[in-house]
Amino acid sequence: MAKILLEMKDITKTFPGVKALDNVNFKVEEGEIHTLVGENGAGKSTLMNILSGIYPYGSYEGEVIYDGRECHFMNIKDSEEKGIVIIHQELALVPYMTIGENMFLGNERGKAFAIDWDETYDKADKYLRIVGLEESSRTLVKDISVGKQQLVEIAKALAKNAKLLILDEPTASLNEKDSKALLDLLLQFKKEGLTSILISHKLNEISYIADKITIIRDGATIETLDKTVDTITEDRIIRGMVGRSMSDRFPKRESKVIDDISLEVEKWNVNHPLYEERKVVDNVSMYVKKGEVVGVAGLMGAGRTELAMSLFGRSYGTNISGKIKIGGKEVQLHNVSEAIKEGLAYVTEDRKDNGLILSNSIKHNITLANLSGVSNKGIIDSDEEYNVALNQREKLNIKCPTVEQNVGNLSGGNQQKALLAKWMFADPEILILDEPTRGIDVGAKYEIYCIINQLVAEGRSVILISSELLEVIGMCDRIYIMDSGRIVGEVEGAEATQENIMAHILKTTNKGA
Amino acid sequence: MNKSKVISFIKANTMIIALIFITAFFVWQTGGKILLPQNVSNLISQNAYVFVLATGMLLCILTGGNIDLSVGSVVCFVGATGAILMENRDMNWVIAVIFMLIIGTAIGAWQGFWIAYVRVPPFITTLAGMLIFRGLSNVVLQGLTVSLTNTTFVRLFGGGANCYVPDFFGIEGFNLTAMLTGIVACVIYLFIQIQGRIKKAKKGYEIEPINKMIIRSVIISLVILAFAYQLSRYRGIPTALVIVAIVVLVYGYITSKTILGRHFYAVGGNEKAAKLSGINTNRIYFIAYTNMGFLAALAGMMTIARLTSAQPTYGQNYEMDAIGSCFIGGASAYGGTGKVSGVIIGALLMGVINLGMSIMGVDANWQKVVKGMVLLGAVIFDVVSKKRNN
Repeated sequence: MAKILLEMKDITKTFPGVKALDNVNFKVEEGEIHTLVGENGAGKSTLMNILSGIYPYGSYEGEVIYDGRECHFMNIKDSEEKGIVIIHQELALVPYMTIGENMFLGNERGKAFAIDWDETYDKADKYLRIVGLEESSRTLVKDISVGKQQLVEIAKALAKNAKLLILDEPTASLNEKDSKALLDLLLQFKKEGLTSILISHKLNEISYIADKITIIRDGATIETLDKTVDTITEDRIIRGMVGRSMSDRFPKRESKVIDDISLEVEKWNVNHPLYEERKVVDNVSMYVKKGEVVGVAGLMGAGRTELAMSLFGRSYGTNISGKIKIGGKEVQLHNVSEAIKEGLAYVTEDRKDNGLILSNSIKHNITLANLSGVSNKGIIDSDEEYNVALNQREKLNIKCPTVEQNVGNLSGGNQQKALLAKWMFADPEILILDEPTRGIDVGAKYEIYCIINQLVAEGRSVILISSELLEVIGMCDRIYIMDSGRIVGEVEGAEATQENIMAHILKTTNKGA
Repeated sequence: MNKSKVISFIKANTMIIALIFITAFFVWQTGGKILLPQNVSNLISQNAYVFVLATGMLLCILTGGNIDLSVGSVVCFVGATGAILMENRDMNWVIAVIFMLIIGTAIGAWQGFWIAYVRVPPFITTLAGMLIFRGLSNVVLQGLTVSLTNTTFVRLFGGGANCYVPDFFGIEGFNLTAMLTGIVACVIYLFIQIQGRIKKAKKGYEIEPINKMIIRSVIISLVILAFAYQLSRYRGIPTALVIVAIVVLVYGYITSKTILGRHFYAVGGNEKAAKLSGINTNRIYFIAYTNMGFLAALAGMMTIARLTSAQPTYGQNYEMDAIGSCFIGGASAYGGTGKVSGVIIGALLMGVINLGMSIMGVDANWQKVVKGMVLLGAVIFDVVSKKRNN
């Protein structure tokens, strides 16, 4: 048996209110490629952040043993000194610096007051050749493709004398050819003795490259599969990833779907606002009936939020094309206020950045999307507004001493309820809820599910975007499955299982490389 | 009152408390001279332009801590153009006033367009404006001073020898008009308070404790009356005070009671959230800067009236006075919070420090040092107290 390079023992990490990792054990042998799989939020990134020192020693329980010695990393510098280098999913390159400057950022050649640029670019060029790039290291990062940027990240890691390379979904934004090149590069490094940990959702990649697979679910390690011992099948991995039992986490609802389509989208296309040639939403057609909860399942980056925001008055993207019909009538929604007027509401996944005005009071937040509802000819009736806020507080059970309090001081669950209160006061017919239960505790989740049930009972329509499969299955009458900007499947709520949804996502990705 | 209540009271009224302490300090240092009727009256007349500009600046700052550096130059340019029109071209002063307001608004719209729709950073746009309009002032005046001879204009906008609202009673040594105005203001204030309370009670809304309302009403009434009394012992109500009062009331109302006002706070508090709530954020930026141009024109008229002339150097550092007043008055350097009433307190605080130090005979350069320290202190307080909250 080869030498154990890394061992993480009984790692437990708690965030306020949530146990992200619970006694996780993870072993990596020298010279292997070890993949880490699990649903979004299972705890993969948390584990890697502990390993790389982003969550410093002392903020978690358990031991990290690297190269035979226990390590107490306080920051990224500490772990990098030992040769542990992490490459995050979002590239950490500065677009307006050259490749060379990026590669040695924070690790500059020469002296503090006399950077040796000749050495920088000479070394940078050498590392670029190792990863198979022909570019000059004096090229600006913004001028090379995303695939090449990913390779630059790897070259940058090598420049730090990496012994253990951690890659967090490195191929998420790459096309098939670039992905293949990157994986082959990793295999080549493996022959030269480099150890890698790869976080990935793509099963075909995993079976192509991995020596071992560790499955994490709900903050705990489920099992580690060894290529030489176990027979690895997709079904086996999927079962490991999602194998939970359904319990009474969702309130019962009498389905009152009326055969009356409230929103219909036809051939909807959206391109990325910055990289205009990149398609983010690809020919999506979908509909929602009155009184129906329709789920949109998929992994992060599948284009669900982008779809929702582009529908909501073109709040996202460029080159938008397609038809929207509300109540059977085609409508043009050029901006958010037109969308609101047509009875649409979008409750964002990012309540702090896009949803609430944290420095304003609960009262002011609740009325913001429908100020004309509490005013007369542009003049706000503050008594009326106060009353509306009190009503909404009671209806949604927002726990706060007064509605004059700043919304920033509320807990996550109550902030989410305040955000829902705001959109419910706008009295929409169709609500798009984007990850409405992210980062809130179980009790608040249940309350939000009850609110959703109440909304559809009133004959409204709800589109529920969620990365939690259980939630989608537990709450929805019908589920669309999205991947890479396309709708890749549609299942009735009654027939939906975690396995068949996951299979839809993973198998379409498989058609890739 | 328990401890946490005291702390929250102090936090909510920091600048008023600071104003009281600083005033008390100068009363002690100047042997009470600072509260003499003449000084109280001058405090208003001398700082009238600050009140007007700071009100406009507040709207810009509300949109996200954005400032307008060009106001000093715009004040000068509008004043210069007006002076030339009235004196060299013999234009009727009413038409000249309208003309000046249009020029100022147009300048504001020009800058607002670049900021709102092209998204040129406000700092850069208005820095350019600062140079452009200072230069143009010189061009218009050909580097010379133009004296104003139109006494109606000068008097109306708060300048010249007799820049006071006429007294209708003619009692020697006591301006009854000023005193009566103060009393009427008190009565109106109390009436609005009581009426609001009755309306709330009728609709069954929550009402604040009666004691709290009485204490607040009494304090505010006393301040108004004391102020009116001091004014009436001197020469009455300065005309500049009338202009300031109108500006403050109108903008106070817009920011606190209208949808438009609410949109300013929303854009500054979280632009993305405001956009996703259906607010046209570009329009809000445009309005903020266009309005700043309008108020700069008003301040420009007040400036040339007060100095009865126009010179290419007028209005220098006015932007700093306005920005300083906003931040001292509790506007957040990140946008989204701040009130017109706070800005008035901020401007008064600066005015009291200026006046107090002048009476004490402190060197002008040291005055700048003190004002700079006060400004820095106020913003540090804002930033630190925000951090605590998070």
